[in-house]
Amino acid sequence: MDYLANIIFGIVFFGAIAFFTRNVRRLIRNIRLGKPTNRSDQPSKRWAQMLRIALGQSKMVVRPIAGLLHIVVYIGFVVINIELLEIIVDGFLGTHRVFAPFLGGLYDVLIATFEVFAALVIVAVVLFWTRRNWVRIKRFWKPEMKGWPKRDADYILYIEVVLMLLFLTMNASDYWLQQQGISYYVQAGIFPISELMAPLFDGMSTSTVVAIERTAWWLHILGILFFLNYLYYSKHLHILLAFPNTYYANLDPKGKLENTASVTEEVKLMLDPSADPYAAPQTDQQPAKFGVSDVIDLNRVQLLNAYSCTECGRCTDVCPANQTGKKLSPRKVMMDTRDRLEEVGSLLDKNQTINENQLLDNYITREELWACTSCNACVEACPIGIDPLSIIMDMRQYLVMEQSAAPTELNAMMNNIENNGAPWPFNQQDRLLWRDEINT
Amino acid sequence: MANTTDSIRTMAQWAQEGNSPEVLFWVGCAGSFDDRAKKITKAFVQLLQKAEVGFAVLGPEESCTGDPAKRAGNEFLFQMQAMTNIETLNTYGVKKIVTTCPHCFNTLKNEYPSLGGQYVVMHHTQFLKNLIAEGRLHIEGGHYKGKKITFHDPCYLGRANNEYQAPRALLEKLEAELVEMKSCKQKGLCCGAGGAQMFKEAEAGDKEINIARTEEALDTQADVIAAGCPFCNTMLHDGVKTKEKEGKVAVMDIAQLLAQTEDL
Repeated sequence: MDYLANIIFGIVFFGAIAFFTRNVRRLIRNIRLGKPTNRSDQPSKRWAQMLRIALGQSKMVVRPIAGLLHIVVYIGFVVINIELLEIIVDGFLGTHRVFAPFLGGLYDVLIATFEVFAALVIVAVVLFWTRRNWVRIKRFWKPEMKGWPKRDADYILYIEVVLMLLFLTMNASDYWLQQQGISYYVQAGIFPISELMAPLFDGMSTSTVVAIERTAWWLHILGILFFLNYLYYSKHLHILLAFPNTYYANLDPKGKLENTASVTEEVKLMLDPSADPYAAPQTDQQPAKFGVSDVIDLNRVQLLNAYSCTECGRCTDVCPANQTGKKLSPRKVMMDTRDRLEEVGSLLDKNQTINENQLLDNYITREELWACTSCNACVEACPIGIDPLSIIMDMRQYLVMEQSAAPTELNAMMNNIENNGAPWPFNQQDRLLWRDEINT
Repeated sequence: MANTTDSIRTMAQWAQEGNSPEVLFWVGCAGSFDDRAKKITKAFVQLLQKAEVGFAVLGPEESCTGDPAKRAGNEFLFQMQAMTNIETLNTYGVKKIVTTCPHCFNTLKNEYPSLGGQYVVMHHTQFLKNLIAEGRLHIEGGHYKGKKITFHDPCYLGRANNEYQAPRALLEKLEAELVEMKSCKQKGLCCGAGGAQMFKEAEAGDKEINIARTEEALDTQADVIAAGCPFCNTMLHDGVKTKEKEGKVAVMDIAQLLAQTEDL
């Protein structure tokens, strides 16, 4: 019977890890539904970008209040996860505070640090909640944030507060029991925050406080394992994916759009006077589809972008179209991409073929796509290097090249370019008229 | 020197004489045809002449870079334009290009290389800044001394290509007071023209983008809204007109401001 707790711990722990692994594999499978793209060049620049933007949070602090609060929560979680290591070892071995004898004074410092961060995280998360639900900052209340996205955002904040409170309760009861000289509870650690909570237990029996300590310990680790598995279903995946996402983010100037290679071949053929227009194509491959109408037409970095988005809405907040009341919201473009990719993924899980839904029209409307000014404000604003603009441009390409479905005025503009080399109906021969006007 | 068109020669004329210019001035469609943008073209040419830069234009051999087609989704038309232009540019052995349009600038600089067109491409504010640094062009404050000027960052110069400093360095030469708008530089608000929006009506909303931007500019109480893009210039002009502030605020390209202060 002595080992029952250890066995239960082992089952729960490996079960949680297995379920998480299953979802990570599903995530990777889904991302691989996209087209390969070469974003593995210049590794040293990419590592530097990841260190600066993801690890260093350089773009978060562009908005100082949210940025600083986020850094508190971020460092808090990273630091407190060191303690997780000990909790897991204790869980398996049935030990208690197993690292304490090895670390001596350092252990005290670590525990004290965790406690301070736990308290700071609670403060930061309460402020986050206040900004979201009480101050009601506009970008958190846009139409795409209704329903699950709103609840998801709140759940994450609640889970974080609960986890921190459990951690502090566990420490407080532990500290109280240490004071009582209960043998199992070795004298270890300094508890600057939870020692303030310890008097709450005065007057309780030792066994009650032991029960509280054990319950808090178990709920804390179970909560952590639950949260780990919650990630896949949540916008909160960014805590993991921000790192690969910034690694694979664009290194080129933001204004540069890739040139489609298959089009280049065709254009070269058209402009080559020695090419035989009636010659059979060199390969019998299917002609490539132009642009994007569904998630499988996107590239893998764009799909990774969609899973990495934490719906903070900085992109939408700075979007000139959104600011002036148009339907376009770059955040919604990313959320739609993820939702559709999840839909496709779950169909594949059931061995079904992809249904007739697609990203275009069923998720992202043409009206949204045509409202974009390609100003790159959304790309600049994203704290983890997501590129909603590339998806918009690729979908426009599908509309125009596969469906000839540009707005009428744009068709006129393109006709002008085709016929007279300018977007307006002016004669190419008149391009120097301004020179003659100088002297007159 | 002023008012001579003799020095405005085409690439074909230079080639005929067996010479090559220091730089090709890519005028762009707006700069060639749009009445307001033509003023920018003329002002920039006056500055080039003042600095005695041997420059050429392509004239009838220039054609749209393809930027609005690409951003409207027509990759085929874009590449047709690009290949045709690259053929022209490479035939003349063009090495260096300057343009007053950030859209042409971005496309020539970033999207032509992989199609075989590799040139040093500069926005006119960068080029003018270099001329001043090299001592070839002198600008005295004069006309705008003590006036308030605010600069509207063109998206395709700023965020797209990370150039925020060159236009501001030129404005400093005017000895004017440079005031920034609520959103500027990396956070600069678009004028509403990019991504082919210039050529279509906006989608339904509660405001036009150029009005939103004009309001930000007017909030600075500036005497002049300086632009670095013919399309921004048009959008902001229209914005100022809609807000009925034409008498109070001028919208001008930096090249125009420099030419005017030099009485060119």
